[in-house]
Amino acid sequence: MEDLLVYAFKYQRAESVSAAAAALGADDAAKVLSGGMTLLPSMKHRLTAPSALIDVARLPELIGVRQEGDHWWVGAATRHQDVAAHAGLQQAIPGLAQLAGLIGDPQVRARGTLGGSLANNDPSADYPSAALALQAQIITDRRTIEADDFFLGMFATALQADEIITGVRFRTPQRCAYAKFKHPASGYAMAGVFVAQYAAAGAANGGWRVAVTGVANGVFRWHDAEQALAQGTTTPALQRDDVIDDVHAPAAYRTHLAMQMLAQACQAF
Amino acid sequence: MKLNLTLNGTPRSADVPERTLLADLLRDTFGMTGTHVGCDTTQCGCCTVHVDGQAVKSCTMLAVQADGCTVTTIEGLGADGLHPVQQAFSQCHGLQCGFCTPGMVMASVDLLRRNPKPTPDQIAEGLSGNLCRCTGYVNIIRAVQQASQTMQGDAP
Repeated sequence: MEDLLVYAFKYQRAESVSAAAAALGADDAAKVLSGGMTLLPSMKHRLTAPSALIDVARLPELIGVRQEGDHWWVGAATRHQDVAAHAGLQQAIPGLAQLAGLIGDPQVRARGTLGGSLANNDPSADYPSAALALQAQIITDRRTIEADDFFLGMFATALQADEIITGVRFRTPQRCAYAKFKHPASGYAMAGVFVAQYAAAGAANGGWRVAVTGVANGVFRWHDAEQALAQGTTTPALQRDDVIDDVHAPAAYRTHLAMQMLAQACQAF
Repeated sequence: MKLNLTLNGTPRSADVPERTLLADLLRDTFGMTGTHVGCDTTQCGCCTVHVDGQAVKSCTMLAVQADGCTVTTIEGLGADGLHPVQQAFSQCHGLQCGFCTPGMVMASVDLLRRNPKPTPDQIAEGLSGNLCRCTGYVNIIRAVQQASQTMQGDAP
């Protein structure tokens, strides 16, 4: 073993969600391991050095997809490929299955999980946009958090340090679609726009919800686009002061991409 | 930490540090050096192996995460000689230096399991987790197409 890139840690395969939560509560520097598609590379780069990894990836209560009335529940440890390939989801929430099939590459989709993606809240990750547009409820070992209250900007969420996502309830829309401009090397969204439409009666913005990832400091709802779709008018250019401006794309280009992805998502309806 | 797995059809066990990567377990402990480590950052796919039948990047998985699993490396692919995908890569000249080839082959086998008759675009997407710096991918896509035909019993 000459090639130990990663700092030493203890590994524990959790027997249950409550046991995992107890292990996290007992050790401030412990982290949950699910698919590990972000956590393990971060550890290999020595950007993070957890004292222990609590592996929840095999807990059966965290895995699966099922319909619950007007929602669909997806377990937190459900892998991207299994969301992408789920026949019921493809029918009921096609944008969600489509989004899962656009994450990373096949090998990443064979390991990465929904809960890991949401808990990490990478500003360029795909799933946060689906959660926000689909009025998701993020269910943890101790409470339910509305998606509108969950995402707090770059890599920040409403989760407590020892809190574990167990599943996500996505509210079934009338229609939805996701359009993404992939970074050609990393596969992350340089702009990803999720558009969902719900029954208009009594709903804000005529039942339209538009969520954007990859463009700003964190996923956000594009309220101007929602209003424009409701009123049948043209969406004005995106105005934000936290648009990502980096070596991959200047802010003006990302703003432009957001408009293009909005148009593509609407065309897919 | 002790772990048990089935490697290329044989039960194996090891006692390695928790931080040991699956790729290093396969190469250093079990001598399966056909699994290549190209980038060590989950990009190149050279380290692709099958865990419980699915292609994964073994540089981005802990050895202990494979405890109890069935792991197949390039060495375990063709039980009797070369696997049809290996034959097709050879016949179509789907490689030059060969460094990416084990990962390409393992990813292609998984792709053909999920989609036995992929289009060229589907092959390109299916191999998007694997980088080749020599071929320009054209012959790799041809090789997967040929393997698809061979495995359907529809030899070209």
